[in-house]
Amino acid sequence: MGQILTSDETRELARQMRCDIISMLAEAGSGHPGGSLSAADIVATLYGVVMKHDPERTDWPERDRFVLSKGHAAPVLYAALAETGYFEREHLGTLRKLGSILQGHPDMKKTPGVEVSTGSLGQGLAISNGLGLALKIDGETAPTVFCLLGDGELQEGEVWEAAMFAPHHGLTNVVAIVDNNGLQIDGACTEVMCLGEIALKFQAFGWVAVQCDGHDIDALAAALGGARKRAEAEGRPVVVVCSTVKGKGVSFMEGLADWHGKTPNAEQTAVALAELGCDGKES
Amino acid sequence: MSDKRATREAFGATLVELANEGIDVVVVEADLSKSTTTATFEKAYPTRFFNAGIAEQNMIGTAAGLAVGGKVAFTGSFAVFATGRAYDQVRNTVCYAGLNVKLCPTHSGITVGPDGGSHQMVEDIALMRVLPGMRVLVPADARAAAAAIRVAATTPGPFYVRLGRAAVPVIYDEGFTFELGRAYVLREGTDVTIASCGVMVERALAAAALLAAEGVSAEVLDVATIKPIDVATIVASVTKTGAIVTAEEHSIIGGLGSAVAEVIGENVPAPLRRVGVKDVFGTSGDPEELMVHYGLTATDIASAAREAMAARR
Repeated sequence: MGQILTSDETRELARQMRCDIISMLAEAGSGHPGGSLSAADIVATLYGVVMKHDPERTDWPERDRFVLSKGHAAPVLYAALAETGYFEREHLGTLRKLGSILQGHPDMKKTPGVEVSTGSLGQGLAISNGLGLALKIDGETAPTVFCLLGDGELQEGEVWEAAMFAPHHGLTNVVAIVDNNGLQIDGACTEVMCLGEIALKFQAFGWVAVQCDGHDIDALAAALGGARKRAEAEGRPVVVVCSTVKGKGVSFMEGLADWHGKTPNAEQTAVALAELGCDGKES
Repeated sequence: MSDKRATREAFGATLVELANEGIDVVVVEADLSKSTTTATFEKAYPTRFFNAGIAEQNMIGTAAGLAVGGKVAFTGSFAVFATGRAYDQVRNTVCYAGLNVKLCPTHSGITVGPDGGSHQMVEDIALMRVLPGMRVLVPADARAAAAAIRVAATTPGPFYVRLGRAAVPVIYDEGFTFELGRAYVLREGTDVTIASCGVMVERALAAAALLAAEGVSAEVLDVATIKPIDVATIVASVTKTGAIVTAEEHSIIGGLGSAVAEVIGENVPAPLRRVGVKDVFGTSGDPEELMVHYGLTATDIASAAREAMAARR
């Protein structure tokens, strides 16, 4: 089983993952930095503290499952998998290239540790529900399925079909997480297609909604780590709505929709890596 | 006329048999369990049956998750919704990852009848056939349907089994074994090949009888697997006859007719005529009236056969 990290170690993991994200996207020349950086602390907390997982046993039945519904944030998942030992870090430099195990969007057939192939938005929560059902049928009571969604992604109708399904079928082993960075490709979510109160919407669908600072490792560890127990206690699934900043950690990317799907040039990459205190081992 | 049963009647009953045999079957339905007959499975295995409500995308997505979790996941609903409404889920979630999801929607084609064009799916074979890794089966009777569902359950990866609402004559013997990728030669002939599938197989046989009365020897194939298609059997038949007609309760674009055209075009070019729905939507009516209206009768197949033979050099 993977080692459980301290708060400081988890913060360091998140910082290192951000270095990986910038480096691999710069090398790839295309991809999605904004939504990868906004989710870095969430994913670092999951892989560093919250989830039971073992890079040596990717088919361990009792492992927790992670489903990246916002599949375009693949770099944050690849960084977490590389940093926790699922594959050699050298692979990060092959992102999006022909023959790479690291596809533009997560591919369960190619990447060790990727549980589900995603990429077309809105589909991860239904898949997570199915996984949760399969675990229940098999009597595997320990594992939790953590599903990370983007806020813009919540505009997809299937999300709400799945949101209706989970409480109806008593899926307390599925935890939804929303990376609520407020931005999508065409601009602010409030301007493109306003989502309203995300937590209230999930509550109306029968979920327990927990709000959390998506960049506070200790708050994330408490909210995500306690979600399953809370769900069991209330008999309803839990969603953790995380307030985040798109592009978090790189000053010139923060809060700008423009950095959703644009990669930094050489000069910008150097600035970003310096800001993050990267030691260069990732390049 | 022999016993008549709809292919959909085989669905729920076969799922129960498979589960009884210990196959790790689960079913996700979208509020049509009585029509599709998955209610039979729900009654026998209530903890393995999940209703997604009127939400076909969710039905496919949930089934995909169950498949990731190691289950053999069958889905219900009608052909028009399971393929059209949920196409992206079938493509990006099921087929892209090669998941063990088996789509067996019912109410395909125009024999849906009075519900009309909105519910008469004649593009589903085309939509499913183009997806990498998807196997497409179109059983001709209830026995073939049961056997096809069994093949889908026991063969890894995505499957599309096309089932119908209307009762059709039983063609195959009890205990029929469905061989994936095989076209069945139901009647041997030398003058023209009639390649059919689904509810059109009985009409192809009737057309062969009409042609026989005129001294024309027609060979009838049941192309029960549209993908992977049985190239060898089709090529052998057309090599012998030199002319071919396809007959399907589907658009003439993208379905059996197109698949056969690809096979003979590359291997044994010969005159081809396609009997099917001619690039139009369906309409309300009695199923048998509709078969006449859209030109899907034995008489239509026989006419097409004469045309194909006349075009032969």
